[in-house]
Amino acid sequence: MQSLDHTAVHFRDVHFSDDGLHILKNITGSFPEGKITTLVGPSGAGKSTLFKLCNGLRSPDSGEIFIHGKRIQDYEPVELRRTVGIALQTATMIDGTVQKNLELPLELQGKTLEKKRANELLHLVGLGEEFLDRDAKDLSGGQKQKLSIARTLVNQPQVLLLDEITSSLDRVSQQEVEDLIKRINRKYETTMIWITHNLEQALTIGDYTWVMMEGEVVETGTSDLLENPKNERVRKFVKGEFE
Amino acid sequence: MSYFTLAITLIFVVIPLILSRTFRLGLEKDTMIAAIRSIIQLLAVGYVLQFVFDAEHIIYILLMIALMIGAATHNAQRKGASIRGIIWKLIATFVFIEVLTQGILLGLGITPPTAQYIIPISGMVIGNSMVLSILFLNRFTAEMRNRQDETELILSLGGTPKQAIHKQLKTSIKASTIPTIESQKTIGLVQLPGMMSGQIIAGADPVQAVLFQLLILFLLLTTAVVTSIMLGYLSYPTLFNDRMQFLEGHLEK
Repeated sequence: MQSLDHTAVHFRDVHFSDDGLHILKNITGSFPEGKITTLVGPSGAGKSTLFKLCNGLRSPDSGEIFIHGKRIQDYEPVELRRTVGIALQTATMIDGTVQKNLELPLELQGKTLEKKRANELLHLVGLGEEFLDRDAKDLSGGQKQKLSIARTLVNQPQVLLLDEITSSLDRVSQQEVEDLIKRINRKYETTMIWITHNLEQALTIGDYTWVMMEGEVVETGTSDLLENPKNERVRKFVKGEFE
Repeated sequence: MSYFTLAITLIFVVIPLILSRTFRLGLEKDTMIAAIRSIIQLLAVGYVLQFVFDAEHIIYILLMIALMIGAATHNAQRKGASIRGIIWKLIATFVFIEVLTQGILLGLGITPPTAQYIIPISGMVIGNSMVLSILFLNRFTAEMRNRQDETELILSLGGTPKQAIHKQLKTSIKASTIPTIESQKTIGLVQLPGMMSGQIIAGADPVQAVLFQLLILFLLLTTAVVTSIMLGYLSYPTLFNDRMQFLEGHLEK
């Protein structure tokens, strides 16, 4: 991993519990700037909770989180959430058209999204401008996911959190979204943190990987660690023997 | 009407009792309890009102209103799916609606400042506000649960709590006030409102009775909309903390 100077997100001894359950334990580590880091691990490892802490939807019980060297609590919540965007597996759509969904981030700031920019974003994610007037709820899973990513990009986030965005997609849509993420990463140098259950995907798309188990970070390094893990539990997980 | 005549009207209680027994509906116990409770409660209220009307003292009027607000709060927080700390929000809503309506009625000289007017009108306003509160709270908590993904989506995109719950709040306000508005559209076509019927039976001029009934209907429109909006805006901030995080646990069943 790189030094703190080139760190987009840094965790220092972070703990989080909910309803008496200790979900994250002693999380320490960094996500390098401009790179794609995948977050892998069995269900219930605390990966999605980690995202909610980065985006400020939850706060840690103890420990500190830094975004670009600034403590998370020194950000205004709204500023933090525009800096750290999040796209979820559910790709929740608000009622209305694709355009309405795409405009949402700017509408929340009392601004309007220019048609040219809307078309650019749709083009970037592989949806044509003919989609603008379609009802967002009628889109396929893959199209919703692309729209959800485009909508998050409206805020021009410096860090993009992707929570299992391809897990419910077919192979073709999955490949399209992977290409899209790589394209965005190259074009905007956006730091990407991607939760995935697909280890093949983590190997091919990620520069770095964090392996999490039972609320702890068990192993981190370049993505090829998944081919030859040092930790015994990670080895079992990679072989599909851990649940 | 004398007590003897009232005793004869018990025949209307006996009819459902006989039918329930005949068809084994099992309604006898509840029918008896309902009849006995309404006799005791209404007679007690009648004597209390007679005392308050005779005394014509502001303290007794205020005590009666406080009692109504207390009972309405107790009922609304018990029956309505509630939000943490809802009791004070309900009290504030009922007090506000009472001050607003009586302020206009008495301030503009629409009704005289006597117990005979203040107490029944307050009862109708607070009672209606209580029903609206239950409807609103049930709908609002359901909307917040069902649309939690949308709430967190808007927060995650940099929206404020107010923006995140706007749709849920709007839907709940509309859903709880529509029955009041809709029922007024057909009023008088099917059944005559209870207060108006009572006045007419008691010998009042039907036109005067209609005028008073219209006054009450208009009051209830204000009551419905103000109750829902006020309760909504008092309630939603308790569902978020100062870091604009949605506190799911603050929605209680």
